[in-house]
Amino acid sequence: METPRDLKYSREHEWVRMDGETATVGITDFAQDQLGDIVYLGLPDPGASVEQFGKIGEIESVKSVSELFTPVGGEVSEVNQAAIDDPEIVNKEPYGAGWLIRLRIADPAQFDNLLSAEEYEAHTTSEH
Amino acid sequence: MAQDVLRKSPLDTAHRALSARMAPFAGWEMPIQYAGIVAEVRAVRERAGVFDVSHMGRLFVNGPDAVTLLRETLTYDAARVDEGFGHYNLLCDERGGILDDPYLYRVGRERWLMVGNASRCEADLRWLQAHRRGSMDVSLDDRQALTTMLALQGPGARHVFQAIFSAELEQAVPRHACREIELFRQKALVSRTGYTGEDGFEFVCGLDAGRSLWDALIAAGVAPCGLGARDVLRLEAALPLYGNDIDTSTTPWEAGLGWVVSLDGERPFEGRQALVNARGATERRLCCIRAEERAVPRHGYAVRHDGRELSALTSGSFSPTLDAGIGMAYLPRDLTTPGTALEIDVRGRAVPARVVKRPFYKRGNRS
Repeated sequence: METPRDLKYSREHEWVRMDGETATVGITDFAQDQLGDIVYLGLPDPGASVEQFGKIGEIESVKSVSELFTPVGGEVSEVNQAAIDDPEIVNKEPYGAGWLIRLRIADPAQFDNLLSAEEYEAHTTSEH
Repeated sequence: MAQDVLRKSPLDTAHRALSARMAPFAGWEMPIQYAGIVAEVRAVRERAGVFDVSHMGRLFVNGPDAVTLLRETLTYDAARVDEGFGHYNLLCDERGGILDDPYLYRVGRERWLMVGNASRCEADLRWLQAHRRGSMDVSLDDRQALTTMLALQGPGARHVFQAIFSAELEQAVPRHACREIELFRQKALVSRTGYTGEDGFEFVCGLDAGRSLWDALIAAGVAPCGLGARDVLRLEAALPLYGNDIDTSTTPWEAGLGWVVSLDGERPFEGRQALVNARGATERRLCCIRAEERAVPRHGYAVRHDGRELSALTSGSFSPTLDAGIGMAYLPRDLTTPGTALEIDVRGRAVPARVVKRPFYKRGNRS
């Protein structure tokens, strides 16, 4: 299972990448593997404001429905329409083309509440 | 049986060697998926896949009076099943409710195999025992624990079958036929049946032969497929799943299974009077429903028409073959016409949907 070192992670299996004041959010390789074939994404509209660790939508595989949470709070600036149209790319490239939303972050200090790649891997091992 | 004691398939180690995801199903721990449900569905629709279905019931009914017992307990007249063929069938209770929907094979003139649902095997056995009169010369032989059952399904199944056996044997097992064969030096049964809407074969064989056959199929490039894909495939083909789409509260007429009920002649059978009474008085019918926007309809979701709640989906899934959300539900007679506009309540989201012709998927003619 892949866990890029340059990202931060939540216990709910989302990742976040910082780029200036913009954060890109997605689900981890571990999460997509656990879910199986992803067939539906319900994501917030651009402009929505979301809180750290708050629910932002739903992700459905053939067999199950899961809630999506955001690792950091802020205002949604972009949603990945390509992933909504073809959710399979979340399975194929969870850290790349399969990202979910972009946010203008509310408070950079929220990153201190997140896990490093090493900590996230330890978390998945203990949960699994 | 205690809930936490799950029965294991005779192919359990083979599944684990292929990194299958295992899950409980009707008291068994069975493979749900290997490569992934969508990939497995595509393999079966386009090429060939193999399923371990050893959790299904395998009850042999033998003896000169087997046909009498089966004629008195099953809705489709067993006397109409020729030796060497099988037919879909139903066990109904005295109210006409469906107890199980087994496939019944006439393996020999006085030798029958009833393949019922995993969740219903014990009830089926008890039901037949209760209807066996002392004067009947018939034995009930439950072979579930002693055999493996595999399903090879898909348009490529016949080519795989020809490669492992022979073209002659493939020709000798036409649609719905069953035949005793020699399989890896053990006596086995093969039939041209399945639960996917594709051409294919089902095998009932000894445990050693089952393992050899599984390995041979995997070595031949056949995709291992789990119960997750099987559920999607059967729903695309609108084949009912017992416990979801049909049960004791539904009649064959409502479920669109009237073709499995033989009422001609005077044959008495369990449920006959109730089924005669219910015929023509059916207020609802099991229909195929397709979502008109991207959504995953699931079992239990409410179905509405003009804001009025009609019923709940008895089955639902995303269909990789149709690239759409699909489901089945019982609808009032006046709302069963294909094209009828509906709404499915997908956890608070009203998803537009329509009644469509049954089934969702029907295989084309292939050379």
